[in-house]
Amino acid sequence: MRVTRAATLEAALADPEATFLAGGTDLMVGINFGRIRPVHVVSIRGLAELAGVTVSDRVTCGGGVTFTRLLKALGNSNPALVQAARTIGSPQIRNAGTLGGNLGTCSPAGDALPVLAALDATLLLRSGAGERRLKFDDYMLGPGRSARQPGELVLAVEWEDAGPAQVFLKAGTRNAMVIAVASLAMVADRRRRTVRVALGSVGPVILRAAQAEAFAAGLFEEAGWERLVGPSPAAAAHFGELVAAAARPIDDHRGTARYRRHVVALMARRALVRAARA
Amino acid sequence: MTQLRVRVNGVERSAQAWEGESLLYFLREGLGQFGAKNACEQGECGSCSVLLDGELVCACLVLAAAAEDSEVVTVEGLCDDPVTIAVQDAMVAAGGVQCGFCTPGFVVAMASLLKENPAPDEFEVREALSGNLCRCTGYLRIFEATQRAAGELRSGR
Repeated sequence: MRVTRAATLEAALADPEATFLAGGTDLMVGINFGRIRPVHVVSIRGLAELAGVTVSDRVTCGGGVTFTRLLKALGNSNPALVQAARTIGSPQIRNAGTLGGNLGTCSPAGDALPVLAALDATLLLRSGAGERRLKFDDYMLGPGRSARQPGELVLAVEWEDAGPAQVFLKAGTRNAMVIAVASLAMVADRRRRTVRVALGSVGPVILRAAQAEAFAAGLFEEAGWERLVGPSPAAAAHFGELVAAAARPIDDHRGTARYRRHVVALMARRALVRAARA
Repeated sequence: MTQLRVRVNGVERSAQAWEGESLLYFLREGLGQFGAKNACEQGECGSCSVLLDGELVCACLVLAAAAEDSEVVTVEGLCDDPVTIAVQDAMVAAGGVQCGFCTPGFVVAMASLLKENPAPDEFEVREALSGNLCRCTGYLRIFEATQRAAGELRSGR
């Protein structure tokens, strides 16, 4: 194993075969347990080109920004991402783990990922060959598989501030240090009149619930996009069913498919009620 | 193998190491610095909590070779730190130590919390210590110790 500490972005991208090391919260577990033996590790921790965060109408978050720094930068804005970031691991993990690392690992249980899907985020990817933009929806291909090419780095992630009506919910055995059994992000952008719902840990990729989104958009349309009106219990229940129908869960050691579908419907109902009143 | 040089507790330290070695392994096996404990090796338990450039992290998740230009502070390096001293005294007074294995990690995490937030409420304490596992105490006395240390520090004793 060879280790390079990249001092510049250019140096980080010099070897297209390199394995990038950001916060280490995933890669180091693999190395510690002998599951992976990368040939060339390039540490990108602290790289200035990945460290920027700008929070305004358009949010840009560098790939190397830790969840602790992201939480500080977001403050009371972007509540779904704040909620997701706060459920990640522990202070130790949030001080190390980065948004780019969450995308690089590309787990269906990656806590920030349903939120990025619900925000319709765009990734800025950079390799020695150049830079490209990719919608999050086109990024994730399977568990641990993404459209990111070898040697390509997540330079930054961008999205439009979608306002206050957004929720992230996660089911697990603890509030901290838990890999989601199921997670849900809902963003109701009152200004742009769109609703997006994305699910984590209930399929091989982050799933969008298109029918549920259309149904919820209809509810907002009916109530008036600017108004804070709770949905009827029947509407919330129907929304939950539509979201659960979009899930493609499996049985595994963290939960059964049946439980996951159940909890997704429950989270969806709560998310709709909270978003409608925010 | 390679020769690694890492700044630990203000001193430049050097030892032979495998390139894929975690900072935790390097501290313990390379430098004989045993304050950070080795348990889960996957960031679950917090027993190896150290400060990396001032931030609380699990040493097991830091690649030692990637920490060569960083400042590492272990529990040993906090011996003369007034906040840490208050935390240690409070751990003893509150009965927050039983077998002691998790204690160094907790002490580093508690000191790190109190430096950021000198008056944490119960939930802030719980959240701040959520990355540290203890299999003896049931946590309540550790939470109590944190509040006690915070109180002592605020009253300037």
